[in-house]
Amino acid sequence: MNFDPRYSGRNFTSVGTRPIRPDGVDKVTGRARYGADFNMAGQLVGRVLRSPHAHATIRKIDTSKAEKLPGVKAVITAADLPDLTDGDAAMYDILDNCMARTKALYDGHAVAAVAAVDARTARQALKLIVVDYEVLPHVTDVDEAMKHHAPLINDAIFTEGLEEKPVKPSNVTKRSQFGHGDVHQGFGHADFVVERSFKTEQTHQGYIEPHACVASVSSDGTADLWVCTQGHFVYRQHCAQLLGMEASKLRVTSSEIGGGFGGKTHVWAEPVALALSRKAGRPVKLVMTRDEVFRASGPTSATSIDIRIGARKDGTITAAEATLRYSCGPYAGSWAEIGAMTAFACYKLDNVKTVGYEVLVNRPKTAAYRAPSAPMAAFAVESAVDELAKEIGMDPVEFRIRNAAQEGTRSSYGPVYGPIGIGPTLEAARSHPHMKAPLGPNQGRGMACGFWFNFGGQTCTDLNIGMDGSVSLAVGTVDVGGSRASLSLVAAEELGIAYEHVKAIVADTSSLGYNDMTDGSRGTFSSSMATISAARNAIKILRERAAQMWDISVDDVVWEKGHAVARGEKHGNLGKLSLKEIAAASGKTGGPIAGHSELVADGAGVSFATHICDIEVDPETGATRVIRYTVVQDAGKAVHPTYVEGQYQGGAAQGIGWALNEEYIYGKDGRLQNPGFLDYRIPVCSDLPMIDTQILEIPNPNHPYGVRGVGETSIVPPLAAIANAVSNAAGVRMTHIPMSPPRILAAIEAERGG
Amino acid sequence: MAGIAVSATINGDSVEYLCQPDETLLDVLRDRLGLTGAKEGCGTGDCGACSVILDNRLVCSCLVLGAEAEGRRVETVEGMAHGDKLHPLQQKFLEHAALQCGICTPGFLIAAKDLLAKNPDPTEEEIRFGLAGNLCRCTGYDKIVRAVQDAATVMKGA
Repeated sequence: MNFDPRYSGRNFTSVGTRPIRPDGVDKVTGRARYGADFNMAGQLVGRVLRSPHAHATIRKIDTSKAEKLPGVKAVITAADLPDLTDGDAAMYDILDNCMARTKALYDGHAVAAVAAVDARTARQALKLIVVDYEVLPHVTDVDEAMKHHAPLINDAIFTEGLEEKPVKPSNVTKRSQFGHGDVHQGFGHADFVVERSFKTEQTHQGYIEPHACVASVSSDGTADLWVCTQGHFVYRQHCAQLLGMEASKLRVTSSEIGGGFGGKTHVWAEPVALALSRKAGRPVKLVMTRDEVFRASGPTSATSIDIRIGARKDGTITAAEATLRYSCGPYAGSWAEIGAMTAFACYKLDNVKTVGYEVLVNRPKTAAYRAPSAPMAAFAVESAVDELAKEIGMDPVEFRIRNAAQEGTRSSYGPVYGPIGIGPTLEAARSHPHMKAPLGPNQGRGMACGFWFNFGGQTCTDLNIGMDGSVSLAVGTVDVGGSRASLSLVAAEELGIAYEHVKAIVADTSSLGYNDMTDGSRGTFSSSMATISAARNAIKILRERAAQMWDISVDDVVWEKGHAVARGEKHGNLGKLSLKEIAAASGKTGGPIAGHSELVADGAGVSFATHICDIEVDPETGATRVIRYTVVQDAGKAVHPTYVEGQYQGGAAQGIGWALNEEYIYGKDGRLQNPGFLDYRIPVCSDLPMIDTQILEIPNPNHPYGVRGVGETSIVPPLAAIANAVSNAAGVRMTHIPMSPPRILAAIEAERGG
Repeated sequence: MAGIAVSATINGDSVEYLCQPDETLLDVLRDRLGLTGAKEGCGTGDCGACSVILDNRLVCSCLVLGAEAEGRRVETVEGMAHGDKLHPLQQKFLEHAALQCGICTPGFLIAAKDLLAKNPDPTEEEIRFGLAGNLCRCTGYDKIVRAVQDAATVMKGA
C-alpha cells in the first residue's frame, strides 16, 4: 500500500504523553543486558595487543611463544584477516584500523590479538608477542600535518578536490567547497569585518560502556555476534565483508547499549573477535578496557578554523567566509566537508564561501560524535558573529534574528529551506526570562545557535497483533535513549489503543529487514514513520477482517479510536468491533494480523537550536562555573517530551565538557597522556546546574506527525555559547577550546599586557 | 592456581565462592556469581558504574578485591527491590526518566541509596556532591538529581 508520509494536523491521544519506558524496570534492577553482560558456554577471553608508537613500520610479529602458552587457543595478526575488500578503499581503511597491516598509525593501533581460557592467560600471552617496529616520524597536530615538511602518513594519498591533480602526496586527503554569491564583492559592501582564527582540541564521545562483544563462529560457516552497537545491520555487513561471509550467515544481536553518541557506528574489535572465534573454534568475548576505548576508538576531530564575516552598519551580513581544517586520524574522512556545510547554515547569506580540508594525523581514526563536525564550526562562526554584533553595537540576539535563515532561504550548503526553526528559537530565547536575569560579578552571559541536517534512511518495522489484541512492535533501529517508549506511543496512537498494550523490541538482523544505524538523529524520526506505515497496513487488514465478520464491504468499514466502525445508515445496527475482538477472531477470519513496513524515510527536517548560558570566571585562577543554562530547540513534534528534554540536556552537558575541560593530550612521543576518566575528565554532577529546556514544535511537513530528529543538535551551540559567555565574563575573546583554567588565565594575562 | 575460598553475604544471602588473589570484587560479582548489574566503565575507580555498598560503605567494586569481601555484607542493585516492589529510588528514576542508556543507573541507584541513608534530607548541592563519583554521559544529571530529590521526599514520608 502506498504510504503518505505528509504531515496532517491532528489531535494526539498518546503522542506527547510521558509514560514509563518499556525497558525501564530491567534497567533499574540490573537485569538489562549490555555488551559485556552476555556469556556463552565454552567462551574464551579475547585481548588485543596495541602499538605503543604513534607511527611505525611493522617489520615482523613473532607469536610463537604466545601460541605455546598453556590456555591460549588462538593468536591472530593481520595475516588472519586477509584483504577481501576488493578495491573498496573505505572498507580497506576499516580493515586496517581493526588490525594494522604494514604500519602502526597511532598509539593504540591494534597489531595482534589472542583468545585464551581466562583473562590472566590472555594478558600473559600478549606480553609474549614480539613485534619488531621501525619507529617513524609522526605528527599529531592538524596544522603541523599540513606543512610541507610534515611526516607523510600515507604516501599514496594525493589531495582530491584541487583544480590540478597534485604531483606530490600529502596529508591533506581532500578539499571541499560550498557557498554561493561573490564574497569578495560582499566584503566590499561591509562597514565592519571580523576576522579570527580558532582551534578546538580532540574529544571523545565518552560513553560509559566500553565496546564489548561475544562472537561465535561455527565450523559450518555460520556465526552469531552479540554486541553493543548503534547499528547491528551495518556491523553485520562490515563484519561479513571483512571475514568473507554471506551476510545472512551472520546473525547480529544488539545488546542494550551503554551510550554511543556516534562512537558505536564503526566496527572496531568485532571483526577481530570473529576472527579469533573462527581460529579457536570457540566463542570469544572481547571487551575493551577504558584505556583502549580512549586510545583506539572514537574520537572526534581536532580543528583549526579561520572565519571572516562582514556586515553593514544596519546589521546585515554582506559576506561570510570560512576555512576549516579537521583531523581525520590516519584515514581519509569527510569531517571538514560536513563542518564546511554546517558552518553558516543558520544564516541567510547572499555571499558565502566555505572550504574544508581533511587532514591525516597520527591519532585514532576520527569517529562520528553527535552532530559530527558541526559544534567546532559553530564555535568559530558564532564567536565571530558575537564579536561582529558587538562592533556594530547591536544586541547579539537581534543581530542573529536579522540575519536568520527563513523558509525559502537558500542554505549556505545548497538546498532551499522549508519551514524551519531558527527564527522561532531565537525569538523564544529573546523573550526567555534567562535573558533578563541579573548577572553577578565576574559573570558573563553568552548565547549561540546551532544547526544539524538530521537523517532518515532505510528502515524496516514489523507490527504483530496477538490474539489477545496486544501488539508486538519489532524495530531495527537500536534504542540509544528511550526510543522504544516513543515508538510504542506512536503505534498506540495510530492503532487507537493504550500504550500499555504495545511492547516494542529491537529485533536482531535475522528477524527483520535491513535498517540503517541509529545515527543522524534518525531513530525516532524514521522508525516512527515505519511504525505508522506498518500500523496503517495492519489497520487495513483489521478493517477487512471486521468486514468479513459483519459480512459487509470493506469500503463501509472505517477505523476510529481502536475500533472498526461500519459506516452508513444501512449498517446502523452493527455497532463497533474493537481491535481486541477482531484479533480474537483472527484464527477464523484468515489467520494472524500483522503490518509490515519497508521504506526510506526521506524528508528528515533540518533542526535548529539556540542556547543561553551564564558562566562565572575566577580571574585569579581561570576556573569557571556554569551558573545557568537554557536550551531552546525545535522538535517538530515531541513524541515523549521527557526524553526530548533528556536529549537537549545531555547534548548541552557534553558540550559544556567539550567547551571547558575535555581534550586529548599527546606527548612529544605521540602517545596519548590521558587515556582514563581521571585525566580526561567529563562533567560530573557537581559541575553542572539544572539545565532548562524549551521545546518548540514547528511540524516537519515530511512526517505524518511532524516529527524531527532531536538527538544531535543540542551539542552544536554549547561550545560557542560558553565561549561567548566566558569572553564576556573575562573581557577577552577566547579562541581555543577547551577553555581550561590555564588557557583562560593566559588570555586574561595577555589582555592585561602581563 | 588454587583459588581463595570466601564466604560473604550478598544482598542478604550467604554466598561462598573461590576467587584468584588478583580478582576484583566486581569480577567476582559479574563473572563468578552472575550478578551483572554492577558495570565496569573504567576499572580504575573513576566512573562509579560498579558502585556497591560494602558493610554500609559505598565503594567502587573494581577497587576492592574479591577476597576482601570475606565475612562482609555486600549490597548490589539486584538487592534493591523487594520482590516485585521497586525501591522508591528505582521508581523515581523511572518516573523522571533519569536514565537514557541506563549503563550508569545501577551505580547511581546504589550511590543515591547510600547518600539518603546518611542524609535523608539533602539539598540539591549535597545531592550533586554526593553523586559526583558517578559519571553519566547521557542525561546532564538534571533528571537524576530531581529523581533523588523526589525519592527523598517519598522516603521521608514512609
